[in-house]
Amino acid sequence: MSDTITAEDPLSGEEIELPADVEVGEIIDSPATGAELEVVSLDPVVLEEAPELEEDWGE
Amino acid sequence: MHIGLLYSRIRRDEKLLLNELRERGHEVTKIDVRKEQFDLTEPPAAFDGVDIVVDRCLATSRSLYITRFLQSYGIPVVNSHETADICADKAKNSLALADAGVPTPNTKVAFTVESAMEIVEEFGYPCVLKPVVGSWGRLMAKIDSEAAAEAILEHKATLGNYEHKVFYIQEFVEKPGRDIRVLAVDGEPIAAMTRTSDHWLTNAAKGADAEAFELDDRAKELVKQASDAVGGGLLGVDLMETGDDYTVHEVNHTVEFKALNDAVDVDVPAKVVDWLETKVDGEKTLAEVSA
Repeated sequence: MSDTITAEDPLSGEEIELPADVEVGEIIDSPATGAELEVVSLDPVVLEEAPELEEDWGE
Repeated sequence: MHIGLLYSRIRRDEKLLLNELRERGHEVTKIDVRKEQFDLTEPPAAFDGVDIVVDRCLATSRSLYITRFLQSYGIPVVNSHETADICADKAKNSLALADAGVPTPNTKVAFTVESAMEIVEEFGYPCVLKPVVGSWGRLMAKIDSEAAAEAILEHKATLGNYEHKVFYIQEFVEKPGRDIRVLAVDGEPIAAMTRTSDHWLTNAAKGADAEAFELDDRAKELVKQASDAVGGGLLGVDLMETGDDYTVHEVNHTVEFKALNDAVDVDVPAKVVDWLETKVDGEKTLAEVSA
């Protein structure tokens, strides 16, 4: 089994590599743009720009 | 057991938990809170059959509402709404610690710039102004002078939302360039680390260096007291060293532990899941006894 899978970066349109064990909801740093991307589905893997940080986020 | 994991982002913390739960053969339902609707009496279908729900919401407001809804449905949730309610608000957090006799930095709250300015003058410089809701060291101000105090208070009063008109002011604690983060379950420490930085803020989110820390008996005692003060649960207790003792400045309720897991030899997610298993066993026993 491959250790990586590929998906399209929604911002740059480039193919980017992701770990094979990505989860829906996981946040990925785009190697193409540095933006935060969210995995919104797995089959096929679809990425969207992650929501902006909100003021009440945190631990 | 069947765990419901509430989330809006899967960070490395959530992934560590998910991996540990799945490796042990537990059923996990990931519940994206952005997709759910909460009825007054009936839980959403996503919660069917769960033994316990783990709240990993990033947004404090969501966390507060959802934990309240889940408790109303009778679905066990960690942390509890009561714990979240105290920990989410720095003023309530400080009050709970003080009420329990836990040493905590001298803190005052005021609602107008004029009253806040009087507190700043009383505490002297530097002192610290914090938002009552907030994390990761955001919008924290170390006030070094009267001019800075006037400017920061005016900015908050003019530009902030209503929460920024609650002025939470704290004495500045001269810590030795580091603070201590303890991850604890119902007051029992799992692991601890120091967070060291040249900056006055030593949050991991601000890039502080993390290193394993061995707790002494006094620190353990304070962690237990602080945990009890906010109602227990899976918590991050933050302490500062004050020379011959500690002061507890806050307790965090949706605690991140990836930096801790990297810094210590303890398998942190395994310990968290051990505790969750115990919680679920406890809930089941309770249900059998009352049946």
